[in-house]
Amino acid sequence: MRSLSYSTPKPSGGLELWSWVFMRISGLVLLGLALGHMAIMHLINNVDVIDYQFVAGRYARWFWRGYDLSMLVLAMLHGLNGARILIDDYIHVPMWHRLAIGLLYLVGGAFLILGIGVIVFFQPVSATSHP
Amino acid sequence: MWYRGGIGQWSWALHRITGVGVLVFLCLHILDTSLIALGPEHYNTIIKLYRLPVFRIMEVGLFASVLFHALNGVRIILIDFWEDLTRFQRQLFYLELGGFLLIMIPVAYVMLRPLVGR
Repeated sequence: MRSLSYSTPKPSGGLELWSWVFMRISGLVLLGLALGHMAIMHLINNVDVIDYQFVAGRYARWFWRGYDLSMLVLAMLHGLNGARILIDDYIHVPMWHRLAIGLLYLVGGAFLILGIGVIVFFQPVSATSHP
Repeated sequence: MWYRGGIGQWSWALHRITGVGVLVFLCLHILDTSLIALGPEHYNTIIKLYRLPVFRIMEVGLFASVLFHALNGVRIILIDFWEDLTRFQRQLFYLELGGFLLIMIPVAYVMLRPLVGR
């Protein structure tokens, strides 16, 4: 019988074992955070009510900043590690492999820092400043 | 790189495709949200784009991608930790698909309702 499982065997040690463990733990946490986020934004609320005031109101509470920050960091690390595995699988020429990994971490890191900065440092301006 | 065959191959490919798709959207979403730092005018102008019908349909696709990736990930974890489940892989996969449709049909209805004037 054909096996339907495709998950790579558990690595025996080193960084790949940590990667294996991290993907499973962050994946489970993200299941709650990301699906919760989408339920709040697209089912309980929707894109018709999301605007600057909506975000400012949410970010008045540190709980929601913490929620978004945890989700951002875990999702980006989970996603970058997943993309690294794809690059390992598909790009075999050493020079292109190094280039792809370098570019992935550079671009991913830049997005991660931008996202963290916005969540942590956002200061809402008063509602009267726009029509 | 390709893997085995049948259902396992498709769920494996879909896991990778939805993963990459969600990562690309995450970067786009960081860019649009970072506009809140520039003030209400800029943020509201760009975020309004998400109300266009084409974006609403893509948002359903995003929801479906995250949901599939999540449920399929749970299936992988279950099989990793309880090897006995390997004997029920086909049933487990159909259970996953059933759960996916059970959640996705009402979600798509709620998200697309504004398009048809509720």
